[in-house]
Amino acid sequence: MSGAPRPQDGVGAALGARLRERDLSAAPAALNLLESTSSADREQAALLLRELSPDALGGEAPAHVIGVTGPPGAGKSTLLSALLRAWRNEGPPARTVAMLAVDPSSRRSGGSLLGDRARIDFDPSDRGVLIRSTAAGERLGGLARATRQSAHALAAAFDLVVIETVGVGQAETEVADVADTVAVIVQPGGGDVLQFLKSGIMEIPDVLVVTKADLGALATATRRDLSAALRSLGARDTPVLAVSSLPPPSGIAELASALEEHRARLDVAARRLSARRASALTEFVAEHGERGLRALGGRSAARELLSAQAPGLDVPALVAALEQSMP
Amino acid sequence: MRTYAGHSTAKASNELYRRNLQKGQTGLSVAFDLPTQTGYDPDDELARGEVGKVGVPISHRGDMAALMDGIPLAEMNTSMTINATASWLLALYIVAAEEQGAASEQLQGTTQNDIIKEFLARGTYAFPPGPSMRLIADMIAYTVEHVPKWNPINICSYHLQEAGATPVQEIAYAMSNAIAVLDAARERVADERLEQVFGRVSFFVNAGVRFIEEHAKLRAMSILWEELGRKRYDVRDERHLRFRYGVQVNSLGLTEAQPENNVQRIVLEALAVTLGRSARARAIQLPAWNEALGLPRPWDQQWSLRIQQVLAYETDVLEYPDIFEGSRVMDSLVDELLEGARAEMAVVAEHGGAVQAVPYMKGALVDSHRARIHRIESGEQVVVGQNRFTETEESPLTADAEGGILMVDPTVEAEQVEALRRWRAERDQGAVDEALARLAQAARDDSGAENLMVPTIAAARAGATTGEWASTLREVFGSYRAPTGVGEAGAPAADGQLSELREEVSRLQEKLGRRPKILVGKPGLDGHSNGAEQIAVRARDSGMDVVYEGIRLTPAQIASSALQEGVHVIGLSILSGSHRELIPAVLDALHGAGVTAPVVVGGIIPEQDVAALRKAGVAAVYTPKDFDINRIMRDIVALVGADANGAKANGSDANGSATTGSSAAATA
Repeated sequence: MSGAPRPQDGVGAALGARLRERDLSAAPAALNLLESTSSADREQAALLLRELSPDALGGEAPAHVIGVTGPPGAGKSTLLSALLRAWRNEGPPARTVAMLAVDPSSRRSGGSLLGDRARIDFDPSDRGVLIRSTAAGERLGGLARATRQSAHALAAAFDLVVIETVGVGQAETEVADVADTVAVIVQPGGGDVLQFLKSGIMEIPDVLVVTKADLGALATATRRDLSAALRSLGARDTPVLAVSSLPPPSGIAELASALEEHRARLDVAARRLSARRASALTEFVAEHGERGLRALGGRSAARELLSAQAPGLDVPALVAALEQSMP
Repeated sequence: MRTYAGHSTAKASNELYRRNLQKGQTGLSVAFDLPTQTGYDPDDELARGEVGKVGVPISHRGDMAALMDGIPLAEMNTSMTINATASWLLALYIVAAEEQGAASEQLQGTTQNDIIKEFLARGTYAFPPGPSMRLIADMIAYTVEHVPKWNPINICSYHLQEAGATPVQEIAYAMSNAIAVLDAARERVADERLEQVFGRVSFFVNAGVRFIEEHAKLRAMSILWEELGRKRYDVRDERHLRFRYGVQVNSLGLTEAQPENNVQRIVLEALAVTLGRSARARAIQLPAWNEALGLPRPWDQQWSLRIQQVLAYETDVLEYPDIFEGSRVMDSLVDELLEGARAEMAVVAEHGGAVQAVPYMKGALVDSHRARIHRIESGEQVVVGQNRFTETEESPLTADAEGGILMVDPTVEAEQVEALRRWRAERDQGAVDEALARLAQAARDDSGAENLMVPTIAAARAGATTGEWASTLREVFGSYRAPTGVGEAGAPAADGQLSELREEVSRLQEKLGRRPKILVGKPGLDGHSNGAEQIAVRARDSGMDVVYEGIRLTPAQIASSALQEGVHVIGLSILSGSHRELIPAVLDALHGAGVTAPVVVGGIIPEQDVAALRKAGVAAVYTPKDFDINRIMRDIVALVGADANGAKANGSDANGSATTGSSAAATA
């Protein structure tokens, strides 16, 4: 469905329609709604997402959704500041950017310190940039439901949606369920990523980035080791780039084009479709547990059910379809 | 004997200095305002509300000449509390002395120039760590040749204690800091000069009210310093191995409640640094009794000077040799501190030295400060008049109209901006442009072939301004944000109070649909972030989502963050006295962005300003007497709860807070 939302659909549909019209000022209120767990808000959030389903948009959401992940201290925030500058200074027109920064929560109190915003350097009067910090919640290393839905929603309004997460392994896999392109950030000497790649704990990312190129020999050696590992895994197409975010920065423009090139090669519709189905399955399991899955006849039966659905449905609609199939 | 002074304008501060010298003060201690300390001119957006507040604004050599007018610089000993912009202010001082006919070889004094403690505790840094260390090393190399009587750096453990450091941390971090500075200087000076450089490094320490232990701390520091000189830098001359330090006694322990008690605290703390001759301070500054209330007046400062004079001229404290010599108790206290400090210095060394260890040390300080606050909240640590013996008679000291503090005339800022415009219009612009271009060129040269002091002095002579000097270097070096330490601070096990608080937060979460989210930040240039950090950490420990943005935020940044992050409440902290200008500016910016979330303010806010802030729209104001942070948290939870009710009643977005006001749909 498309066209103007009906008034009785309320706040959610109106916000969805504004995002569809690429009204960036609707984004903060939309995120407030998508993050809410109250049942009234969840209903509105579903209406919001319906306005942004491929059916409503007449195709996939236009944004390039990029996942950026890597171990703490790898230099993600500094790198993102430099990328942000590059994206905002290119053009005209400069591309609009939404960044979802996922921070680990303190598991003891449930509270969290969301410090990434302070580390990303940008002009506060720039209306073309939105940064939203969210806590990972109980799901350490993974993405909260709200983050996936937020990425889907923002992709309708912004040119670029970046999801920043901490960690390697689990985090990288979950980001791949939402993003078109996944970049893993490694600092020189970062042996973990190399081992995870070789042992298959980690999926092969679309782009690998070695930061702190100013460190010289160590950065060069790390880059060489990663390239060798990728070759031995048969992943010759995955670029390994070296960047330095210190003034004068280097490698930033090359990284921006590598991300771009990956997107250009990609069958976006197919990737988004499988991402939506994967998200729906994750959400269904989060809601109904393994028991719900058994009621559907197991994981592969659930997958089959999902692939039988129309490709233009949004995630809540897919979850609803699964729920309707429960006996 | 001196008092730390300066405010409003160069001319007003000059008059104050002359009066103080007449009263028997033997040197000057210059306090600069925050824009001067962080390298901004009075007309910069970030300087708004800060000009002339915590010290004197000095933008160019004309201001410096006015500040030192009639004070013979060839004879004066001048201490300048200046760090990130120390080379610039020393250059202005050298040029002002030249104009008086004094040669740089005659100049005596100290520039604080300790950047690592700015990253750790005080927040008035301007450039990233690497270039900051280069500026320091260049200045040391320059002064040792051309201003030989100058102390180019004053390693500060003072601010570390203010940020919560234990005595062991204070010793260990100060010594590690000194090592980083000396190692950097070693690259810039000839080998035979290093001994002299070592002898020129002095310290600025703190002394708290546990004055026996504090005295032991100073003895431990002098032992470590001598050891460091002999072993690491091969210093042989006994004179150069002496641990020289000045002191400002503790402000952290001074209370807003029953402020007259601060006088006896200050006296006892002064004993810590004077009792034993073998670790006695060379210079003492005492804070004023009413520091926790606002800016002290001349009379308040006179009182602090008189305390020193009574100690020096009436008591017998200076008449004996070291009175602790042979004391087993003192010796074992010193040994204990030495052992702890050496272990902690080893940890810093493992991180790669003090520069690399800034995030580690910052996190450790935030943790120690939290522990201290917890002891006071629980009553384990007694603070008379604050958490015990709180009943009091009406105080005649704070009864007068202004509440016993100095008010800076708000017209000062506009006058300074106007004077700066005249200065820029009347100078030789071509000469200034050329001097700044030369400075940039020298800074860009990574080999550091040219000492940056040389083009800095040339720019001072040409008439460049503080903001121009700093922005030239910012362009080359890049800007920097120091670690906040709050992310590194561990989460404590919940005690009874905290568990209750977490339950309240969970109930609020049910009501809001989202976990309560708070924005904590500091508008303006004031870098004293200890209070804001503790609020941020406690909010997290209570179960809230905390967006902590740190220091030096513009109203536009705060409004943008509040809107984009969808926070339910905003907590602002200001200690510099600029709340009258900055808080309304932030409220305007929030309003402009359509953010309706309530705002609470904490800091050194005089009683008579509280009502004005409340009227401007601030929901609650907290001052140093509100030491119970759990209570502040409970207030915030109640405030957000009430705000959510109000929002529902008005039919606006069920999420309650920072939604776009422009959206008709959001209120549909």
